[in-house]
Amino acid sequence: MSTGIFLQIAQTLAAILLAPLLMGWVNQCRAWLQGRSAPPLTQPYRTLRKLFHKDAVIAHDTSPLFRFAPYMIFACMALAAGLVPTLANDLPFSPAADVIALVGVFALARVFLALAAMDIGTSFGTLGARREMLISFLAEPALLMVFFTASLISQSTELPVIVETLAHREFAIFPSLAFAAVAFWMVSVAENARIPVDNPTTHLELTMIHEAMILEYSARHLALIEWAVALKLFTYSTLGIALFLPWGIAPRGDLSALPLAVLALVVKMAVGGAALSLLEAVSAKVRLFRAPEFLGTAFLLGVLGMLIHFLLEV
Amino acid sequence: MSLTYHLQVVNLLAALLLLISFAMLSQRRIVGLVTLFAWQGAALSLSTAIVAWSTGQHHLYYSAALTLILKVIAMPWFFYRLVRKLDVDRDVEPMINIPTTMLIGIALVIFAFNLAMPISQMAGTVTRSTLGIALASVLLAFLMMITRSKAIPQVIGFLAMENGLFFAATSATYGMPLVVEMGVALDVLVGVFVLGIFFFQIRETFDSLDLKHMEKLKER
Repeated sequence: MSTGIFLQIAQTLAAILLAPLLMGWVNQCRAWLQGRSAPPLTQPYRTLRKLFHKDAVIAHDTSPLFRFAPYMIFACMALAAGLVPTLANDLPFSPAADVIALVGVFALARVFLALAAMDIGTSFGTLGARREMLISFLAEPALLMVFFTASLISQSTELPVIVETLAHREFAIFPSLAFAAVAFWMVSVAENARIPVDNPTTHLELTMIHEAMILEYSARHLALIEWAVALKLFTYSTLGIALFLPWGIAPRGDLSALPLAVLALVVKMAVGGAALSLLEAVSAKVRLFRAPEFLGTAFLLGVLGMLIHFLLEV
Repeated sequence: MSLTYHLQVVNLLAALLLLISFAMLSQRRIVGLVTLFAWQGAALSLSTAIVAWSTGQHHLYYSAALTLILKVIAMPWFFYRLVRKLDVDRDVEPMINIPTTMLIGIALVIFAFNLAMPISQMAGTVTRSTLGIALASVLLAFLMMITRSKAIPQVIGFLAMENGLFFAATSATYGMPLVVEMGVALDVLVGVFVLGIFFFQIRETFDSLDLKHMEKLKER
């Protein structure tokens, strides 16, 4: 039990500490693909340190919610990172929430971010919050459909059971997961404010979604939000790995498999981050009103995955 | 589930075929459509080859090779050239907007799966469970032909339908006799070339490839 708790703490801390590194890697790949000279891999850490050393500026007419929201968002993301099997499977914390509750945790963070953005009372904040809600109310059902497809295969909505079924039983190809994987990629692009839906590096307020909501934040609050954004990307990546490429995650209580698990995680993350930046480099940001179409397609693919499961795999 | 691995790969390719059918339904640009069509042909050819290998039906190798040459190399090349010559690669809005088309597509898939369930129980082949997918991709291609008003997407829809039929034949009865397949392939090839000539004629007469203009030809 104590090794389990140790592993749990180690995994959560690793996620929190490594998340900016993944962000740095994605940014670096993106810069290379765009023919710019790339920022160093540790740039997100430097930005975070810089922000933590600054004094926060807060508008006069904000409610306490505005100060509280960054901590809440960061806590939600850290919780989510602890729930997803990253290095080892079936940790003591994971029975606390299944995939549906995990979607709820993400939703909680989003609600606080949107409320904080509206709380400040600027027009851009409200605009960003509304857009974020539009995107997320379409993305959430699609994400649930992806989870349901995986749960139908493993007969459980618990992530450890899903990973166990896919990784440590006899190898089988599940065509339904191909659909779910495409849908999951589309949803995670939308949820993480990446390119076809939102541009994370934009300076144009009128096209912003995520950035518009955090315009008024500064210093430690901004740092926490940026860190939470990196952590969200990391958690979505680990979720994708757990659902579609779970090979290498150490089975329950098997400490000897851990070095391999770390290696597998690093390789998968490096490849995944490079793939994300490549897909971002080749696609253009869609108009906001095309975003429902994009996410509707993701939802339909999720539904198709379930149908295919009933046709081919039962 | 106790299928052998190559059959699982066939199932995966069948799923990919359906995925590509949906992608074609949502694709706005003609060049993208042609690329997707080539990928569909590649998936089809690979799955036919795997079925041939796993069941020892040698004539299926020929049809796989035929598919590869015709539908992955020759026809896409022809279409790319045609699109460049006619200069028609712009965003085309289909007659029904794309989310609605996709919803209709899902309904069609459910219908096809239900319809194929009892039929595939009777088929004796190992790949019979993919019959539903084959039927669904035929219906989806049909839907694409209905919802597009431009000539080239309609022809690609027609060819995609042929892909679906071919896949249905492979999954239900290990393919048609080679003579029939050769005949169909030749028909399709000739059809595509004839339609290619038609495109030029249509454009010369109506200054556009939009087939809505052809409704003017009605006798009153």
